[in-house]
Amino acid sequence: MKFKKVLRTAWEGLMLNKVRSFLTTLGVIIGVASVIVMLSVSAGTEAAIAEQINALGANLIIVSPMRGVPGAGRTMMIADAYAIEEQVVGIDGISAEQGPAPQIVKGNGITLESIAVIGTTADFPNVRDYAVASGAYFTADEDERKAKVVVLGAGIAKDLFGDTSPLGQTITVGTVKLTVIGVMEAKGMVSDVDYDGRVYLPINIVFQKFMSEMPIGGDRVRTIYVKADSQENIPSVITQITALLSERHDVSPSQPDFTVQTQQDIIATQEATTAAFRDLLAWVAGVSLLVGGIGIMNIMLVSVTERTREIGLRQALGARASDVLLQFLLEAVILSLAGGLVGVGMGVGGSYLFGMFGGMQTAIVPGSIPLAFGAAAVIGIFFGYYPATQAAKLDPIEALRRE
Amino acid sequence: MSKPLIEIQGMTKVYGMGEATVHALAGVDMTVEKGEFVAIMGHSGSGKSTLMNILGCLDRPTAGAYIFDGRDVSRLSKNELAEVRNQKLGFIFQSFNLLPRLSALSNVMLPMLYNMEEDISDEDAEKRAAASLQAVGLGERLHHQPNQLSGGQQQRVAIARALVNNPPLILADEPTGNLDSRSSVEIMEILHHLHKHGATIVMVTHEPDIAEHAGRVVCVKDGKILSDGHEGNNPCLNKRMA
Repeated sequence: MKFKKVLRTAWEGLMLNKVRSFLTTLGVIIGVASVIVMLSVSAGTEAAIAEQINALGANLIIVSPMRGVPGAGRTMMIADAYAIEEQVVGIDGISAEQGPAPQIVKGNGITLESIAVIGTTADFPNVRDYAVASGAYFTADEDERKAKVVVLGAGIAKDLFGDTSPLGQTITVGTVKLTVIGVMEAKGMVSDVDYDGRVYLPINIVFQKFMSEMPIGGDRVRTIYVKADSQENIPSVITQITALLSERHDVSPSQPDFTVQTQQDIIATQEATTAAFRDLLAWVAGVSLLVGGIGIMNIMLVSVTERTREIGLRQALGARASDVLLQFLLEAVILSLAGGLVGVGMGVGGSYLFGMFGGMQTAIVPGSIPLAFGAAAVIGIFFGYYPATQAAKLDPIEALRRE
Repeated sequence: MSKPLIEIQGMTKVYGMGEATVHALAGVDMTVEKGEFVAIMGHSGSGKSTLMNILGCLDRPTAGAYIFDGRDVSRLSKNELAEVRNQKLGFIFQSFNLLPRLSALSNVMLPMLYNMEEDISDEDAEKRAAASLQAVGLGERLHHQPNQLSGGQQQRVAIARALVNNPPLILADEPTGNLDSRSSVEIMEILHHLHKHGATIVMVTHEPDIAEHAGRVVCVKDGKILSDGHEGNNPCLNKRMA
């Protein structure tokens, strides 16, 4: 019997019971669709994370006090930042940052509650790839002499001054009157930080006006961002910073009280988290494919029982065991492949819908389509084989006698 | 005289093992010439069904030779038997055994699906099936499904299916068992017609008046042939008449 003819016979067999055939494929449809949707959601999430982290600035090295080490938060000083700037080779700039408690900001007769205040050094726009839209950022000189100036995040500028220019205006941050000398470009949310909803002050004025009353002193920094002058120099810069700060803090480089991370480290951490999530989803999808396969096996077994007489008749008319085997195996494979096909369609469509209306970034992974389709085919063969052997080993005399 | 179509010598069929052994056939010798119309009669349990299954190459004898169309088929593999059934046998069943929801035409095309000798194109298969249905008077009902046909018409579809591969032997197992008397007459007329045109037919029945149609009645009892021929003293026929 020619393969094409068996294929047609199998197809006709399925078409005799369209509703059942469709219901049988549902499990595979759902399994395949969820594989594709889940992979595209997690790929989208990863892409979003990578984008955000790159938005922090290119070739960025992040130096921060070691968390969870007693006293470590007190040891990183602005002097450390200056030391790095002066002594480390292969850097394009540093930006030390400190953020006191949120403050009330008043200006143009408007009061904004609980606004994040960030003290930075002058090189902040360069180091963080975050440009000034109008006016200018403060200079190192202004920082050093504690000039009472402020640069507004785009959102704050809009909230206080609307469409008029805030340059030259005076605002009050906490109790300190400051002159607006610049407005940053709109940057939006990056890693849960609303850059547009903050005000940027020279770090030394922050030390003086906002941190001095703290018991642990006013010239500690939260983070030192170091911009390497090239991707290749990053390892060398990290080594130098580690050695320098270890010496300055009088700690062993193997047990530092600070961390030196790159964006890649942060991406890797984030990716490990999403990978765990994705693995979980992959298991869920795998299980639903398995259940779909068992569903096919179930229905095929029922079908073989119901069609025992048909099988007996086909044998009497000259069908060999292999013909019967192939017919029923192909029925199962057609079911699972059809399920795979519909599932791919629904998965791709579902991914788009999730992206558009689900508030999630999705990216269809091209490899997931052949993967899901292949999985469906394997499932059809695997779970269709047993029922097909049951059909093939029927004795024609017994089968014809069955009611 | 040409060689007989069927030659059976010392055929036995034993089911089960040890004490539960059943001798369904206990040494049967039988010859059927080409062009004969033979009825096999016997009670249930007489062995006539076993004999029919072996004649139909659905089963193999425990011992003995079965020369069919010049070839010993008693020791063939299952696949070889399937090929013999496809090429050389046409089955007519008591319960028609048509596939529901397939048209008469598609049902008649089934044997050609499994024809390994020649790869018959779809058009040829359809033509041959249509011709076969025409021959049994169903030329107008090619696309009817079995449930749209009367019992007699369904059995005619089954006969068309049995004929479509031009087999040398037609095996009919109680062909009128599920039919009313008018349809039975119809079916027997078709079988007569086939016989007149040279077909060899072996038919199992337990109805004496149906068996009368055959030129020869073989009476089976306890796995043996009790009588063979058309004499008035045939025990199977007599018993019914009495």
